[in-house]
Amino acid sequence: MYTKRIIPCLDVSEGKVVKGINFVGLKEVGNPVELAKQYYEQGADEIVFLDIGATHENRETMVDVVKEVAKTIFIPFTVGGGIRSVQDMQVMLRSGADKISLNSAVIREPQLIADGAQMFGSQCIVVAIDAKQREDKSGWNVYINGGRIDTGLDLLDWAKQCLELGAGEILLTSMDADGTKAGFDIEMLQAVNAIADVPVIASGGCGSLQDFAEVFEKDAADAALAASLFHYGELSVGQVKEYLKEKEIPVRL
Amino acid sequence: MIVIIDYGMGNLHSVYNALTTIGATCKISSNPEDIKAADGVILPGVGAFEDSMKNLSERNLITPIKEAVAMKKPFLGICLGMQVLFENGEEGNGSKGLGILKGNVVKMVDPSVKIPQIGWNRLEIQRETNLWNKDYLPFVYYVHSYYVSDYDVEDLVAYSDYGSMKVPGYFQKENVYAMQYHPEKSGEDGLAMLKNFKEICDDYTTSD
Repeated sequence: MYTKRIIPCLDVSEGKVVKGINFVGLKEVGNPVELAKQYYEQGADEIVFLDIGATHENRETMVDVVKEVAKTIFIPFTVGGGIRSVQDMQVMLRSGADKISLNSAVIREPQLIADGAQMFGSQCIVVAIDAKQREDKSGWNVYINGGRIDTGLDLLDWAKQCLELGAGEILLTSMDADGTKAGFDIEMLQAVNAIADVPVIASGGCGSLQDFAEVFEKDAADAALAASLFHYGELSVGQVKEYLKEKEIPVRL
Repeated sequence: MIVIIDYGMGNLHSVYNALTTIGATCKISSNPEDIKAADGVILPGVGAFEDSMKNLSERNLITPIKEAVAMKKPFLGICLGMQVLFENGEEGNGSKGLGILKGNVVKMVDPSVKIPQIGWNRLEIQRETNLWNKDYLPFVYYVHSYYVSDYDVEDLVAYSDYGSMKVPGYFQKENVYAMQYHPEKSGEDGLAMLKNFKEICDDYTTSD
């Protein structure tokens, strides 16, 4: 029984977990190692850490967090945010991360996807894409720098390019849905999932148990990621999985 | 002492961390003498079949591995470290494996599912194993695009269903344990398997 994955995401800055609403307004919520352990114990299938601090000192702190997490939880975890080179990837993988998430840097330098896949294997390379619907509703554009810059790239074109370059998974965040808790952006996710021959992780907008079920029932993703719902204790990972099981969606319980 | 073989493939530290957590004494090494002295050996690995055979050969590790197996030392292959225990791998230009277990490693093909298989799948048990209770079906974490075919059915302990494929998850033949999935990343179920493997290694020491 192959299962759908539930992935809590932790935004980390200066060694602490923070969470913003619609990409702005950060609020500190806790210690990343302790939170990761809680999620592990609740039955999380995987954990994503996004390093959103920009300084060099912050990067050193993140390496320490990764090393500590690797000794604490025994499920795969991904580290992303500010990864700009194969060397950056290597530092995180050597520290214990299982996968690397690449975002803004690969828009500027797509070859980085191929280089990472070549060196560490496609299974290590997650390409994170932040996208927003165009005003004329003809599709979605890809944004970078935490949603501040419109690259003008079409989402589907970019996703195809990432796949060709060797991305092992796509982590797709809807900027329209992010922080709203009104549900995942099903239409956008379906569009990408239909062309992707690798797993798609849905992100942005999840606000209820029904939202998790919907994204899987509508064949919009292989995994679902959420942050604030879990951080603020509104739902536990266990509750989500129990609910999905009742809905006959295969999960690891 | 369990030796985790370092041959330049993949993340050895996650295996090391998991073993330390379950109370095993272990060492990451590429020294044949360490393998000779070990009570148990783990061959981990992530990457390509051809590269890993090349790396094992360049580091003069093929003979020590075969000797450890012949001495009936508990030997665990994980993921790519499991695949190279078989006869042939078709990945890349194709290459010979260690030939310790019968079978070939071939590309997974099934248009109804995504390949690689990335994620958690349940093990369906074929027969008894000393690594867990037969009545329990563990969930394990897989990441792979190739799987073993033409194996000896008697060696297969557990498999997972993926699309229309029956993916061999876990083989055991005498002292050789071989897992396609990552026990070190399979939560408490995976740690329990490693703990039982450690106990088998402890017994090997005592019987020495």
